[in-house]
Amino acid sequence: MEISSAEALIRSLEIEGVSVVFGYPGGAILPVYDSLFHSKKIKHILTRSEQAAAHAASGYARVSRKVGVCMATSGPGATNLVTGIATAYMDSVPIVAITGQVATSLIGRDVFQEVDITGATAPFTKHNYLVKKAEDVPRIVKEAFYIASTGRPGPVLIDLPKDVAETRIEFKYPEQVVLRGYKPKTNGHPLQISRAAEAINKAQRPVICAGGGVNSAGAEEELLKLAEKAHIPVATSLMGIGAFPEDHPLSLGMLGMHGTPYANIAVTESDLIIAAGARFGDRLTGRVAGFAPNAKIIHIDIDPAEIGKNVKPDIPIVGDVKLVLAEILKEVYPKQPTEWNSRIAELKKKTISYDRTSRLCPQEVIEALSAKTGGDAIITTEVGSHQMWVAQLYKFTKPRTFISSGGLGTMGYGLPAAIGAKFAKPDKNVINICGDGSFQMNMAELATAVENNLSLKMILFNNRGLGLVRQLQEFYCEKRYSQVHFGFVPDFVKLAESYGIKARRIDSREELDGALDELICEKGCFLLECIVDINENVYPMVLNGSPINEMIGG
Amino acid sequence: MKTTLSVLVENHPGVLSRVAGLFSRRGFNIDSLAVGTTENPEISRMTIVVDGDEYIVEQVKKQLNKLVDVIKVSKIIPEESVSRELVLIKVDAEPQVRSEIIHIAEIFRANIVDVSRKSMIIELTGDKDKVSAFEELLKPFGIKELVRTGVIAVNRGNKTIKIEEDE
Ligand SMILES: Cc1ncc(C[n+]2csc(CCOP(=O)(O)OP(=O)(O)O)c2C)c(N)n1
Ligand SMILES: [Mg+2]
Repeated sequence: MEISSAEALIRSLEIEGVSVVFGYPGGAILPVYDSLFHSKKIKHILTRSEQAAAHAASGYARVSRKVGVCMATSGPGATNLVTGIATAYMDSVPIVAITGQVATSLIGRDVFQEVDITGATAPFTKHNYLVKKAEDVPRIVKEAFYIASTGRPGPVLIDLPKDVAETRIEFKYPEQVVLRGYKPKTNGHPLQISRAAEAINKAQRPVICAGGGVNSAGAEEELLKLAEKAHIPVATSLMGIGAFPEDHPLSLGMLGMHGTPYANIAVTESDLIIAAGARFGDRLTGRVAGFAPNAKIIHIDIDPAEIGKNVKPDIPIVGDVKLVLAEILKEVYPKQPTEWNSRIAELKKKTISYDRTSRLCPQEVIEALSAKTGGDAIITTEVGSHQMWVAQLYKFTKPRTFISSGGLGTMGYGLPAAIGAKFAKPDKNVINICGDGSFQMNMAELATAVENNLSLKMILFNNRGLGLVRQLQEFYCEKRYSQVHFGFVPDFVKLAESYGIKARRIDSREELDGALDELICEKGCFLLECIVDINENVYPMVLNGSPINEMIGG
Repeated sequence: MKTTLSVLVENHPGVLSRVAGLFSRRGFNIDSLAVGTTENPEISRMTIVVDGDEYIVEQVKKQLNKLVDVIKVSKIIPEESVSRELVLIKVDAEPQVRSEIIHIAEIFRANIVDVSRKSMIIELTGDKDKVSAFEELLKPFGIKELVRTGVIAVNRGNKTIKIEEDE
């Protein structure tokens, strides 16, 4: 029996196991929404903007380790997705974005709501498709899911012209993917693995740098085993947070520009860096020449293009970090704690500190929340100083529980990502930690949360401005504070209440404990607004061009 | 440093823009790019001359390989390959200088493919150096137009750049 290719698209999604799609309808994507109307397997979540749909798909994907799906119409719908797609690309998150497109015969004529979205997104999609023939739809969906989820994960976009979507085809879902130009390598080279194990056995001051790859590959167990077997301390990148339990004696916490003093010093003193699923991003390395100057470098990454891009490794290994770590583990000798471990213990005495002023500090709120949840929650964040404090001070003990925009640093990510996370793990407490600036970028999504009866928790640090940018201006612009203070902020408590969300505002230490209990116990959504000082800086801080062991306030 | 890369790609619409886009986005410099179908009509071959050091060339290769439509990227070693470029030059050719131009063309084994009252069009194939030398010699006469195809290259002997079918 023939069906429209829009229906073929929906059936293909069902076969791929998609149970939730985040999106927003419009003219060019009418046929797809019409077919979706009949689907019993796919729940569609109507967000309040397309950007939020993409972020929600990303939050869903990161927590569930499945492919997230978002949809939008042509033109403005598609361009609104762009930030979300770029955010997913930079953090290697597998999402499939489906956009409607004007009819094939009209493409290129600048008709109503036409935009070249495959052209626009080429630089930050793993791959994209403009569907020309209806019978290609099943194959393209199959390929899109395969490409998004294998190798280094990333976003794939499918642009479906309206006339193609309406064309009827005989539906048959392909069993196999045939892509001669795409063959991700998963097994590491055995010789390189032996060399790596040998280097680890010989090293006296090794440090593991675990990146987002460990979270996305589910390699946390292998990482823990390797670290424990040879007593190797583990630092993580921002994306690697949660890959190694931060309450473990071998944990060094986060490394880099706002990393812990002990992680930054340990890496600088080390004689062997084992980078696992980390890409040596500029926020992690500081000045490259000063990064682990005396260390050999083992670099494990699934993406060959990351090897040698930022830092030249001595032992490169291309492969799935889970498989590679498991292989290395076999050849690594068990080791007892050494002088290096004593040195690490010594370094760890100097923790991240902050002045407890008479006022409520954002840092103590995060530490208190961390203690209350015991790490058993999914924390999403927005972007700003609040994000850095979460990364520094919340003790993450489980993989994929810290969901934040690392590579692109996209304000407005946290709230929609929390919505996606909640769909992935409905039983978990999902808490978005946000600043007043970021919150205002996508706060319309409160409606999506309420409409879907999600129990989302929010801690909003209101410093009436853009704290992290203010800090940059303090250091780099001689305190010329340009456009970082809001002249007006809404009453966030009343705002939340207008959505039927319980909310509370606090500005003192005494109220904190009770307010956090209220937040955690509330069955529905809850917003806790904390009034804090915008002059509170994030320390330690490594200035541009400095090596990471030269920290201000560290 | 100039490096020639041979790139086998799926003959799909949009591939050229993906490849060209990659170069501009990553700040790689292309000297020339020539593209056409191969013995297999499903596959096109691009010959790209890249300007950059070893690090850049490695990055170009790896980034190209990441494109799903790119099947294979190979480096062409100058000593082990033949490279050619075709150029069409329209040169000022008043009657009194014509024989001199024809003479130069003969030395270079170039063809005169069109003659009009005041100009002629000369076709030349050769490697980059030969084409440049020829251009230099014609400059004094007045070059009105010059079009190059960009370099294409093939390995000598038994070495071939093909997709392995069992892959
Ligand atoms: C979409 C976007 N625009 C601008 C920036 C630059 N930026 C980085 S942090 C920041 C301030 C964020 O303010 P807020 O959310 O209130 O967090 P705070 O630093 O005050 O805790 C800005 C503007 C960004 N990261 N993303
Ligand atoms: Mg703020």
